[in-house]
Formats: sequence, C-alpha cells, structure tokens
Amino acid sequence: MSAAVSPARDVAQALPAGILAWLVPGLGHVYLRRWGKGVVFAAAIFALFVLGVVMRSRLQLHLGLDDPLALLFSLAQMGAGVPYFVARSLGYEAGEVTAVSYEYGNTFTAVAGLLNILVVLDAVDTARGRKP
Amino acid sequence: MIHSHLVTLLVFSFLVSTVFATLLRDTTRARLRFVILAFAAFVLSTLALGWLMSPFPR
Repeated sequence: MSAAVSPARDVAQALPAGILAWLVPGLGHVYLRRWGKGVVFAAAIFALFVLGVVMRSRLQLHLGLDDPLALLFSLAQMGAGVPYFVARSLGYEAGEVTAVSYEYGNTFTAVAGLLNILVVLDAVDTARGRKP
Repeated sequence: MIHSHLVTLLVFSFLVSTVFATLLRDTTRARLRFVILAFAAFVLSTLALGWLMSPFPR
C-alpha cells in the first residue's frame, strides 16, 4: 500500500469497487483503471454465464434453509450479479431439466457466479493496495 | 448451442483457466503459462476420469 494513500481513501475505493465488481463482472477493475483485467473478467464470466443459460440452466432463487444445497447453488449463481437477475426477468429461470445440456448449463452458471465472487475479492484487494 | 461434450469441456476449461490465470499471476508471460497448464490439467484429468468410469456406464 502506498504511504500517500490514506486507509480512509482505500476503504472509500474498495466499497464501490466491490459493489461494481459484483453487479457487473469486470466493472470493479475498470473502475480501478485495471482495464485489461476488467475486460478479461467481463468476457470470460459473461461467456460462461450466457453459455450456461443457452444450455438451459435453471436459475432458481432458493433462499430457504430447508434445502441447503439448493441455497448454496442459488447463492453461487447470484454471484454473477446483474446478468443473473436480467436472465431471470427475461424468463430463463425455469431452465429445461430434460435438455441434454441441462447439468452442463447449471455448472456453467454456478461457476460463473463463483468466479465473480473471487473477482470481487480481487477488486477489493486491489483497491486496498494489497495487489498490483 | 453446444451439443458436443468435448467442445463443452474445452470451452469451460479455457474460460475458467483464463480467469484463474488473470487472478493469480501478474505478468502476461506467467498468465499464458498458467492458462496452458491449467487448461491441460482440466482436460487431461477429465479424460482420465472418464476413462476410469467407462466400465461403469450406469
């Protein structure tokens, strides 16, 4: 961390960077002017998520504790941010359980969300000066 | 729409390897090396697991 940057400013940058990174994959790094990383994250995570939706993934919203695995799966998908909610609003939430690619689609969308959670943490660390 | 299991594996492996390389390495050269190694690990381990499971189709 640079000595010229105060901890208060670090936090002030880390919070919007983390929120933007979650909302739109890659946007947190673009906000921090890490253009290259932002573009790579956006392209890869969007591609994973869109391919998952095209493969008829279910985009369930399960927030109860009655089925912990469904809750974890739902949280993983929500990690993708706005694309997840846009896809749901466009009518893709049900998926197609009989499709050959259904399980692949589930894997793609969940992994897209999980990777975006790592990208959010990377954006926060970058804002705080813990990473270059 | 991807109909091939192999193409699905290749696409998934490439995209995930790219994100991990960008997260975990700082130089372009190190990232390229990481992408190649992680991609190969994904593909080869999947093929090996598939081969090991082939006697048990159900």
